[in-house]
Amino acid sequence: MSKGEIVAGCLAPHPPHLVYAENPPQNEPIAEGGWEQLRWGYERLRESLADVEYDAIVLLSPHWQTYIGTHFLGLPNFKNLSVDPVFPNLFRYHYDLDIDVELAQQIHDRAADAGLAVTMMKNPDFRVDYGAITTGHMFNPSWDKPLVVISSNRSRDYYSVEVMQEMMIELGRVTREAILASGKKVVVIASNSLSHRHFTTESAIPEDMSKEHITSHAMHLWDMRMIEYFRTGQAQRILDEMPEFTEQAIAESDGGGLSWLLSTLDIPTYPGILHGYGTIIGTGNAIVEWPARNHKEASE
Amino acid sequence: MSDGELIGSYIVPVHPHTVLAPEQNEGWGRLRAAYDAAAQRIKESEADLLIIYSTTWPSIIGHQIIADPNPEWVMVDHDFHELGSIPYSFNIDEKFAHAWNEANEKRGLKSRTVAYHGFPIDVGSVVALKLLNPDNAIPAVIVSSNVYANRAETTVLAKACMDVVKATGRKAIAITAMSLSNRMFTKPIEPKDDRIHSLKDDEWNRKILELLGEGRLEDVGQLSRTIHRQIRVNKVVAFKPMWWLSGMNSNRNNLTGEVLAYEALHGAGGAVVHLDPTPSGTGDIEYDEDDVEYFAGERNVLDGDQFETQDIESLKVEVPLGKPQKNGPALWEPTESKDSVNSEAAPKPVGAYPHARRVGDLLYLSGVGPRQPGTNAIPGGPIHDGDGKPLNYDIKAQTQAVVDNITRILEEAGGTINDVLDVTSFLVDMDRDFQGYNEVWAETLGQVGPTRTTLAIRALPTPIAVEMKVIAKAPKTE
Repeated sequence: MSKGEIVAGCLAPHPPHLVYAENPPQNEPIAEGGWEQLRWGYERLRESLADVEYDAIVLLSPHWQTYIGTHFLGLPNFKNLSVDPVFPNLFRYHYDLDIDVELAQQIHDRAADAGLAVTMMKNPDFRVDYGAITTGHMFNPSWDKPLVVISSNRSRDYYSVEVMQEMMIELGRVTREAILASGKKVVVIASNSLSHRHFTTESAIPEDMSKEHITSHAMHLWDMRMIEYFRTGQAQRILDEMPEFTEQAIAESDGGGLSWLLSTLDIPTYPGILHGYGTIIGTGNAIVEWPARNHKEASE
Repeated sequence: MSDGELIGSYIVPVHPHTVLAPEQNEGWGRLRAAYDAAAQRIKESEADLLIIYSTTWPSIIGHQIIADPNPEWVMVDHDFHELGSIPYSFNIDEKFAHAWNEANEKRGLKSRTVAYHGFPIDVGSVVALKLLNPDNAIPAVIVSSNVYANRAETTVLAKACMDVVKATGRKAIAITAMSLSNRMFTKPIEPKDDRIHSLKDDEWNRKILELLGEGRLEDVGQLSRTIHRQIRVNKVVAFKPMWWLSGMNSNRNNLTGEVLAYEALHGAGGAVVHLDPTPSGTGDIEYDEDDVEYFAGERNVLDGDQFETQDIESLKVEVPLGKPQKNGPALWEPTESKDSVNSEAAPKPVGAYPHARRVGDLLYLSGVGPRQPGTNAIPGGPIHDGDGKPLNYDIKAQTQAVVDNITRILEEAGGTINDVLDVTSFLVDMDRDFQGYNEVWAETLGQVGPTRTTLAIRALPTPIAVEMKVIAKAPKTE
């Protein structure tokens, strides 16, 4: 069997507003558009990967929040209606997604061997969280690639950002090992925003872009600082500053996705490609691709 | 239509073990039994509405209220999916949901109703409604917990809810679906190994339950931020349901509380607590408040060797006789006659009469209240201020003070409290105060054994809640 490969790593946020604004047939509400900068960013990401062959998508979602370790979707298919409990007016999506159970199990087993608490989720009535579905749709609207969906272990809530990061770096390491051992070509995705302070009101027309902006200058500065690191290949600095960033920007990196992603990419020193940045109900969101397929020497 | 009211409150745990696996652990079984007991109480009450505030439904855009009249789906917990699935079909009071939403907006809150097919009712609400209202006989309404809401916003949410309860004449029960300590074990455990995550969490849980058992709900609300820091995982929803529940109960501290069960759920603290609005008879004051008129404690902490207890006389307030006080009538010197008995150790009368009068073998006492000799202070606090505004007070402290004053007058006559033969008691609020008054009676005069008559009256001359008219044996004279 040939060696597996991570062809790309992506930061791909999941606010349901993006699916809402796209008006796909699976989603019930109808929009007049909105958040184009980010939707065009997703278009650029899709175009960047259009000619890249891969077998599966491994996605860590901050909105499947688990407190008893890390969980993996463990059945071949999930089909149901997902209604966002926070923005039900925007997101009521009929999903039908396939899971690469074999790869999920392989990552699970290596994580267990490494001492992490892990569980395969095999209840067929389980509803997949809207974050995984939003990122899944925006990244691959045709849903023609199987997914591995990993929960967000809320160890930061129990302990600290530092402990969370240690666990996520370890999970990233075993995820990488499992992918390389699997012989499959994989895209890894962290589905999280950057700064994560919301507005607590919503305009009468949710997609009214005259009302959309970052919640504060401080949040903007943190987002730009992180983006600068993304663009200049300074992944280690991102990890080093993760505690301050997570606390001060109330960042969604608290779910561990960004730390896990950088670890699966072996802490990349090459630049990430910024495909888009924009705000959604005040939170900062960047779409970034690390084209690992072009930097194989970096992790040889 | 009569005014609606809150006829009860419950605190219940959120995790699905009580529905799906009560047989797997004795503690889970006891929580389930407590849930069933609570359901029976609700069934036997006059409740026509259940109002759930759930900590497992976080919201961002204000508060959200379920308004789908019949939400149906299958709930699977994000963590405990191995326990199984919970199908649900609930009876939601759509009209109340909309009315509450409007009341929220009138009070300045951001709020909206939610009525979408397939909306995921959260695990806490599903567990609470499945167990407390198993046959859907009572319509319910569910509200989210806003992650950004502070105490003021959460309290106003409760006030808006009560606006609608009162206006619609409902007999409502308020329910918070929540954990106490919410630190769970971060690894899977065997059911038999379940326990509270740490001794610290257990100690805090017991402190909370001690307060709730005493009906001191507002105290728990006041401690909310401290509790959150001490025993709560830093999840998005803080320990704020106590703010809401206390707001629903007019921020009272004298409810009648009962802890039906307290057990671990994968390390978290789960409890079923019933809070009845019937006054417990304790003072409606905060946990760190002493309801006193004058401070008599130690202030000279740096000169402890020289400190001497202050003579209460030095605190005596000079009240000109014959002149009305700010909060009550003028005081009089007791009248003197051949058979009268008057005591410096008893409060001054509010008219021209003696403290007691001896006739043959009997001693007739004038009505005795709780006012203190010298200071005229009322232990337990006055029932209203100088402007007539009602105040919270402690009926037990007032009753005890009445007994103490009776004892002083009898001792002045050469007798003791054991000489009391017959008592007529007057209460200004029988519903509120009878229980507390009765408890003190049982511990004092109840031990002596006089006959007793208790009457409700509209008012007494001073701002007191209780007065006793006593007939006693007269001590033999030389």
